Amino acid sequence: MAAITVKGLRKSYGDNEAVRGIDLEVTDGEVFALLGPNGAGKTTTVEILEGYRHADAGEVSVLGLDPARNAPALRARIGIVLQSTGIDQYLTVRETLSMYAHYFEHPRQVDELIEIVGLEEKRDSRVTSLSGGQQRRLDLAVGLVGDPELLFLDEPTTGFDPSARREAWQMVRNLTALGKTVLLTTHYMDEAQYLARRVAVMARGRIVAEGSPDSLARHGGDARVRFRVPDGLEAPFGAASDGVVEVVAMDLARTLHEVTTWALANKVNLDSLDVLRPSLEDVYLRLVGEAAS
Amino acid sequence: MINLRRTLYQLRFTNLAYWRNPSSALFTFAFPLMFLVIFTALLGRHTFMLDGRLVHQTTYYVAAMASYGLISACYVNLAMVMTFQRDQGILKRVQGTPMPSMAYLAARVIHALAVAALLVVLTAAFGRIVYQADLPTGMALIRFVVMFLVGALSFSAMAFAVSSIIPNADAAPALVNITIMPLLFLSGIFIPLGDHAPTWVAWVGKLFPVRHFAAGMQSGFLGTAFNWSDVGVVALWGAVGLAVAARRFDAEPRV
Ligand SMILES: Nc1ncnc2c1ncn2[C@@H]1O[C@H](COP(=O)(O)OP(=O)(O)OP(=O)(O)O)[C@@H](O)[C@H]1O
Ligand SMILES: [Mg+2]
Repeated sequence: MAAITVKGLRKSYGDNEAVRGIDLEVTDGEVFALLGPNGAGKTTTVEILEGYRHADAGEVSVLGLDPARNAPALRARIGIVLQSTGIDQYLTVRETLSMYAHYFEHPRQVDELIEIVGLEEKRDSRVTSLSGGQQRRLDLAVGLVGDPELLFLDEPTTGFDPSARREAWQMVRNLTALGKTVLLTTHYMDEAQYLARRVAVMARGRIVAEGSPDSLARHGGDARVRFRVPDGLEAPFGAASDGVVEVVAMDLARTLHEVTTWALANKVNLDSLDVLRPSLEDVYLRLVGEAAS
Repeated sequence: MINLRRTLYQLRFTNLAYWRNPSSALFTFAFPLMFLVIFTALLGRHTFMLDGRLVHQTTYYVAAMASYGLISACYVNLAMVMTFQRDQGILKRVQGTPMPSMAYLAARVIHALAVAALLVVLTAAFGRIVYQADLPTGMALIRFVVMFLVGALSFSAMAFAVSSIIPNADAAPALVNITIMPLLFLSGIFIPLGDHAPTWVAWVGKLFPVRHFAAGMQSGFLGTAFNWSDVGVVALWGAVGLAVAARRFDAEPRV
């Protein structure tokens, strides 16, 4: 079952084409990450799925519903954490969550939510007095209050310190253990790699790559073998810069064999040998660079 | 019915936030009471003729500040708060939940109405206790309540209309006040209009809702004539406000 299906989605603001025909499919129970540089169209896409904005063209189905027509029915079943949005400054954390809890038929326990996002100490503090990261945690708690089947997280961990980010990741994992589906956008490659079963890279309104984080990383081109050539020796396999040789290994076993054969023949111990695999980050930067040019 | 339950629950939080927000608690709640004390203390000893009746200045101000209190709660505060909530994305967040927008907005209007009622009661009690002002009773009280309710709903509708036109929260205090302050002066709320007011001032009073509203509120206190046409004009403005708000009011700022 697909929690989200998108076909040929388009959206323009005036003559700025923010989303230029994208297809997406998010399976029930998976974490799907939408990556992409600023202005790629991630928020626009997500807000169309949430029913906030209306598509110019294309088909959208979220939990079997059309968000443009069935927003009320849909909103009982989804949780939304917007990229940036306000919250009443004069209520406390607990009051805020109690208020939102009453918007839903089957809300989660307020105290349990406070614990999940780690705001126990701020339970009775006014929202004004929370730090940026703490406010973001409250945003997360509000997104979870309706116990949603599908959770939208638009850059959920921006502004988190490293340990808060780890905790948020753990929280998302706990959700998926309960069978929930998560669509998240992020700028953090490690976040996508850690959380997402599948990733789509978006640039300039298009999806430029899609797949599991590992399969995307493999798309980044061949591994490279790098080692240092001792002073006085002529560099093998073409030019060295500053005595470091880097060989693109189309066939890693063969390349390593050639390198070690050369090393034995020349009594080089290769203690600086590295095998470099393309990271998701490399792939991302390459894809985004290609899309921009 | 489920919406009524949600509205009532929402009221609790709307109320909490209201009293903790200095802009609403001080600026729109305390101001009418402060003006009441100042005006009656400075100008309260005099009497003057109104509609052929001898009227005590204090009683006049009790009635006028009751009107001002309602306008402050249902128009000034509501218009500002809705603009702020829209600009900060609070309305957008609520919109993303199953809470019906109408239930949420209804809580705001009911709250404004309750604050207005509180202001009227405090104003009347102050007038009664300190200056032995006359209070509406019997039929006059019923007519007074009608004017109060029609006024509260109409000024709330106008608040939503104005807030839908205000471009952003920074502009809200200035724009809301500029739509209402001149009218308060030209409608005899702060300074009683004598018989010799210029004709254009009389016309402003006839055209806009504040003078009509104040006249309806006054009648119960001062024994002046109660005209159902005053109620009608206020309701008409309310209807126009509602129509504009229904077309334009949005949970997100316009871009
Ligand atoms: N409400 C709007 N009105 C006009 N243009 C908009 C609006 N929202 C977004 N845009 C434009 O649409 C494009 C895509 O914006 P969007 O917010 O979807 O990007 P994003 O991928 O979420 O970026 P970021 O990573 O910075 O959040 C941008 O060029 C942006 O300027
Ligand atoms: Mg965005």
